[in-house]
Amino acid sequence: MNPIKFTIDGIRIEATAGQTIMEAADAAGIYIPRLCAHPELKPYGSCRVCTVLVNGRPQSSCTQPASDGLVVENNSEQTQHIRRDIIEMLFVEGNHYCMFCEKSGNCELQAIAYRFGITAPKFALQFPAQNVDATHPDIFIDRNRCILCARCVRASRDIDGKNVFQFLGRGAKRHLGINSDANLKNSNIDVTDRAIGICPVGALLPKRVGFHTAVGQRLYDIEPIGTAIERRRSAEPA
Amino acid sequence: MTTTTGDRRIVIEPVTRVEGHGKVSILLDEDNKVKQARLHIVEFRGFERFIQGRLLWEVPVLVQRLCGICPVSHHLAAAKALDRIVGADKLTPTAEKMRLLMHHGQFLQSHALHFFHLCSPDLLFGFDADVAMRNVIGVAAAHRDLAVQGVMMRKFGQEIIKATAGKKIHGTGAIPGGINKNLSIAERDGFLKDIGQMMTWARGVVDIARGYTIDNLATLADFGSLDSNYLSLAAADGSYEIYDGGLRATTCDGEIIFDHVDNQLYDQYLNEEVRPWSYMKFPFIKSLGPEHGWYRVGPLARVNNADRFTTPEAEQARQEFAAVTDGKPCHVTMGYHWARMIELLHSVECIQQLLNDTDLQGTDLVVNGERRAEGVGIIEAPRGTLFHHYKVDEKDQVTMANLIVSTTSNNEPMNRSVQKVAEDHLSGRMEITEGMLNHIEVAIRAYDPCLSCATHAMGQMPLTIELYDHEGTRIDERVRG
Repeated sequence: MNPIKFTIDGIRIEATAGQTIMEAADAAGIYIPRLCAHPELKPYGSCRVCTVLVNGRPQSSCTQPASDGLVVENNSEQTQHIRRDIIEMLFVEGNHYCMFCEKSGNCELQAIAYRFGITAPKFALQFPAQNVDATHPDIFIDRNRCILCARCVRASRDIDGKNVFQFLGRGAKRHLGINSDANLKNSNIDVTDRAIGICPVGALLPKRVGFHTAVGQRLYDIEPIGTAIERRRSAEPA
Repeated sequence: MTTTTGDRRIVIEPVTRVEGHGKVSILLDEDNKVKQARLHIVEFRGFERFIQGRLLWEVPVLVQRLCGICPVSHHLAAAKALDRIVGADKLTPTAEKMRLLMHHGQFLQSHALHFFHLCSPDLLFGFDADVAMRNVIGVAAAHRDLAVQGVMMRKFGQEIIKATAGKKIHGTGAIPGGINKNLSIAERDGFLKDIGQMMTWARGVVDIARGYTIDNLATLADFGSLDSNYLSLAAADGSYEIYDGGLRATTCDGEIIFDHVDNQLYDQYLNEEVRPWSYMKFPFIKSLGPEHGWYRVGPLARVNNADRFTTPEAEQARQEFAAVTDGKPCHVTMGYHWARMIELLHSVECIQQLLNDTDLQGTDLVVNGERRAEGVGIIEAPRGTLFHHYKVDEKDQVTMANLIVSTTSNNEPMNRSVQKVAEDHLSGRMEITEGMLNHIEVAIRAYDPCLSCATHAMGQMPLTIELYDHEGTRIDERVRG
């Protein structure tokens, strides 16, 4: 089968049938920021941080299939503006205090914000009243930091085969629910479940390991987010 | 400003060249005699309340945000309390020594900052020198070498903190039960390259502080000075201790009030009083009561209380310090500066010893033991004895926090020193000059207060709102206490 051919920011890209724009971009060494998308999970398209312009129209690149002749804008002023606003809204809709969050340095939201040069919120902080569920002996949920990306929902269902998490409520009241009568302690989650490690932020974490990795040795201390993908392109011969 | 009783109120706001924000109010009667002088702390933090519900391992990282100058002190005091909770009764040598190195780096940078940047303008140019010169820029212009020493010594201390805590400010090195990194050979060698210079400068600055104090003893002896009790940590053998050891309190005559007190039992020996006009609490020694139980902490208290230093040059300096008062406690408030520089020298000596200790390159970093529901961590911060007390539930969430911060302990003494200097230097004067008011600030600065750290009233915070008319007359007041 002939490869699908399209362009991202004028660069000619080849994709195989069934690949999304994001998957093709990743393979080609072009980084598209994302939060809900993860290689181990099916496309979901909820966070919209991966928005690109496809033939001039905004689309989430994690769900949009690649097809012949598409003209994709990834690093345009318009896409960066859209993404930046989305990221900033995620910050003000939660209570993200990086200064004492144990995910700091390993947090994808923080790393993307750094990549975008976001140092302070542009929008008004909402200070939502959220809670911490620390009832489980080995795991806790800090809903202050949840960005509703559904990675844990999907990983628990599709990888762990447990279906521990689900969303409850709608709109601004949407929040992470647990498949139990009360709290995390009464669910069948286990500390080794993929649903925990796959959380991009500090919302779902194992207990008693916070800050065990020194500053300077954390994931995004070593290199900015997206660098590993971009290295694929720079490694290719000219 | 004139009050309804005809008194005149002078306000110094903000108090400058201290950490945090505070103000002084001085009330003069119709004969310009000082009726009352108070140091007010005008900011509020509230960490003790909002830390409740957070996870216990977050505490050392969270509470250090109290302060940007001495975060290491809060970081380590909290870590020590959490060590107790996770059952880590004996840390590994690497963890213990990395924390000590961090602590001495903090002492070095904090003391250097205070002496060179905040206080040296008063000491070098005089308390009532031209205000345009009486600042760190003036010091840099007139005493360039000293200014450079101050900057470089502080930098060295900050780099030590970065190497042990991960960041110069608000690092994450100390974790419950240990430390999250060791000191690499490259980091160690970088410090060893400069430690000789630090020793030379530290000796020099002790000479400056000693010379200044002795040369001006006639005027300094009574300047805001107080016959006070003193509180500090002390090692089991009575020697100087800033990281571990038991609580030691002494009277103004040097008599022991209590000694070798287990950190976990501090609240059997100390209590705190809340007053409506300040966000800062007033701690006191229980057995002496609030009227007589107030005490001083910090360099003067530590050097007064210590039987000896464990490093040779600091011990020599301590003996010279003690000789001035024939071995009795020194009550000269301005003696804080000399004592502080002796401590700086001790910290540089300790850093030198630690850098040559191969335990710092060890890889056994964390221990755990039998879990407890409560823990107290007490250390000596640069500004004095620092208490962190936490309770946690079975879910690992904090249920109670009580912090007695160094400056809080010095609250009563600072107010007394302010009152004394105001009476001695302002009372009865027809004209109050800026230089006279600076005398008040000089007395406050001697304590090196960190006002932002120290604002932790328990329960509902007391609040006073005063309403003044256009002529500055107070027409109403509401108090919530």
